[in-house]
Amino acid sequence: MSAPVLVCRGLTKRFPGVVALDGVDFCARGGEVHALMGENGAGKSTLIKALTGVHPRDAGEAEVDGRPVHPRSPREAEAAGISTVYQEVNLIPDLSVAENICLGRQRTRLGFIRWGDARTRARAALARLGLELDVDRTLSECSIAIQQLVAIARATDIDARVLILDEPTSSLDAGEVAQLFTVVRRLRDRGLAIVFVSHFLDQVYALADRITVLRNGRLVGEFPVAELPRLQLVAHMMGRSVDEVEALRHRERPAAAPGEPLLSTRGLALRHAVLPLDLELRRGEVLGLGGLLGSGRTEVARLLFGLDRADAGETRLEGRPVTFHSPADAMRAGLALTPEDRKTQAILPNLTVRENLIVALQARRGLWKQIPRAEQDRLVADFTRALGIKTSGPEQLIRNLSGGNQQKVILARWLATEPRLLILDEPTRGIDVGAQADIERLLARLRDEGLAIVFICADTAELSRNSQRIAVLRDHAKVAELTGPDVNEQAVMRAIARETAA
Amino acid sequence: MNLAKLRPSARLLPVLASLGVLILLYAGGCLMFENFGSLRVLINLFGDNAFLGVAAVGATFVILSGGIDLSVGAVVAFTGVLIASLIGHGQPPLLAIGLALGFGAGFGALMGALIHLYALPPFLVTLGGMFLARGLAFVVHPESLSIDHPFYGEFISQTLSVPVSRRLAIPFTAFALIAVVLAGTALARWSRFGRNVLALGSSESSARLMGVPIGSTKILVYTLGGFLSALGGVVATFYMQSGNPASFVGLELDAIAAAVIGGTLLRGGVGYIPGTLVGVLILGLIQTLVIFQGTLNSWWTRIAVGGLLFVFIVLQQLTSRRRDG
Repeated sequence: MSAPVLVCRGLTKRFPGVVALDGVDFCARGGEVHALMGENGAGKSTLIKALTGVHPRDAGEAEVDGRPVHPRSPREAEAAGISTVYQEVNLIPDLSVAENICLGRQRTRLGFIRWGDARTRARAALARLGLELDVDRTLSECSIAIQQLVAIARATDIDARVLILDEPTSSLDAGEVAQLFTVVRRLRDRGLAIVFVSHFLDQVYALADRITVLRNGRLVGEFPVAELPRLQLVAHMMGRSVDEVEALRHRERPAAAPGEPLLSTRGLALRHAVLPLDLELRRGEVLGLGGLLGSGRTEVARLLFGLDRADAGETRLEGRPVTFHSPADAMRAGLALTPEDRKTQAILPNLTVRENLIVALQARRGLWKQIPRAEQDRLVADFTRALGIKTSGPEQLIRNLSGGNQQKVILARWLATEPRLLILDEPTRGIDVGAQADIERLLARLRDEGLAIVFICADTAELSRNSQRIAVLRDHAKVAELTGPDVNEQAVMRAIARETAA
Repeated sequence: MNLAKLRPSARLLPVLASLGVLILLYAGGCLMFENFGSLRVLINLFGDNAFLGVAAVGATFVILSGGIDLSVGAVVAFTGVLIASLIGHGQPPLLAIGLALGFGAGFGALMGALIHLYALPPFLVTLGGMFLARGLAFVVHPESLSIDHPFYGEFISQTLSVPVSRRLAIPFTAFALIAVVLAGTALARWSRFGRNVLALGSSESSARLMGVPIGSTKILVYTLGGFLSALGGVVATFYMQSGNPASFVGLELDAIAAAVIGGTLLRGGVGYIPGTLVGVLILGLIQTLVIFQGTLNSWWTRIAVGGLLFVFIVLQQLTSRRRDG
């Protein structure tokens, strides 16, 4: 076993009303990737923020190479050898790659920044990760994956001993993840202690040497990867027994009982976004939309919901031609859409759970007919119970909820409008296993109640688990429609791959 | 030499476009009017617009940081009245100027501290600053006050100006403008402070996590803004030889217009100090053209600036959209 680099004992952090971190021990060793696992709200982010000086800790000790550290800011944490790459890329979009790597550490001569030196250093930092980039490019012109690697280059440009990666893969596709992992393994082999946080079990098992599990702010345990089967890990994270988790996973997929068609499209198309598309959405059925990132899934959702106007083709609602000029039109016809990017497109961060929940219903009824407060309270109470939303109350700000609970509020927002067709764009992205299971259960219930559902999901296993039919998209066109026994992971993969090879 | 490097980036396009507009306006003026191309017109263009240019450099820094400063015109007016009044009461001009600059910097620091410590919107804080400084200017002296002192009469307008011919000299104010633009460019491009300002304007949350000292950078940038407004006021007293509490109403909007025409994005994070000089010179040239034309009402300057502003913000939107796509 290699030497411990980062050692924490009894870390505690309290926020008003909650103990976010309760006496947690944690140890990251040099030359190892250590995964930090737990459901949302388990305390992973708080632990990282306590280590990096974003939140000062309330009790406990931390040491790097045996020296006690008390960072009060990210800068102090860096000085102590703890470098962090945060969940969303936290770099400056308008500055160049070189400057993003060197910002705050530029060498100067007579007070003037030495730009040549900054470029050289940036190239060297990228070269250590095996990357060659034009360091004069503006960061915002680079792909998210490249930006993520630039963030790692910045984090390792200083003499870091510990590198914390907080969900670095959540917006990357498979190839980009592979590139990132190559870089991480290279850094690990150079003796860095790497702390890796991810919701993707596959990635954790592909990369990590050791796993620490947190639940409700407490340490569940530390395990070598080889000694922790997946099921056991999930059980630890959820605080349930292995049998319970097993039962959840092997839930029977009910046979498709297709209802009558609700909405159908013929040749629906939008230049540069969607090639002519025929779709039929039926009551009591989940239609999965599969395909790689950028294959046009979100664009289809936008077209159906009237966010974009099609330039060809037609849409029929119960057999009658309709045109949605705006989402308001679509809403009046009983459509609902939960968008892909929860943070920027769905939640109203500064409003309360109640206000977030009623906003779509209020919009549908019209601005001048305010929903009576009693009715609002009843709606919030009903949905909070029905969907199992964990909140301290209807007046809590939505931005303080975990991702999974935010997503449930957004679902409730649309369910309150009593839609006939529900379009869910990546409803489970970035939320924890427990909330994901809840949302999948809800999906099945709504389907059984007769809703037509469009379910967009990048995870082929999840997609085939929850859909009765799957339309596979590739390069903005539908390349396959899978039904009955063909609704399975392999068939989806084959459909995607067949077209790739062609 | 890499050919790709010679192609201007989408970022620089608005600045190059405004440079093109500047050259077109100047060439057009030269073709339309006799004497427009004379050295005198060119020198006056710099001298007459120096106070606006100096203040606009400060406003540009504030905009780059993601903020806004609405107090510019009021601080320029206050500074002028303060200097005129102090000299009128027998104080030495250098002391008066020093006090005025100190006031400007302190006033900016106060607004910056309020914005940072209480997380207040810069628009409201500097709006308050604008009313406060404008009101204080009337308290100092309720009407226009001319400055009668040999320092102003001879030293500034004669000793410190550089003669180019018998009847023509480059005024000190023009040099002040050039010096402030050069210093501002160096500060924005080659100092850590300048880079921190851009980082702050581009993404405050990222800048914080990257270790940029948010508080001190914010306070300093408003301090710099206040200082340059006051310096603009000082330059204005050289030019007008008086101070007037009712003057320079709306100067901050000219400064913002100059910065935007010069390629600075109002959202912060992107912009160039030399671009602001180009913006100021375009505003000045339009005014000069209207004066040369002779029959047009002076409001046509405003109309032309308004039209130009529309064109430039659309251009900026298009170039930044192309970058995102």
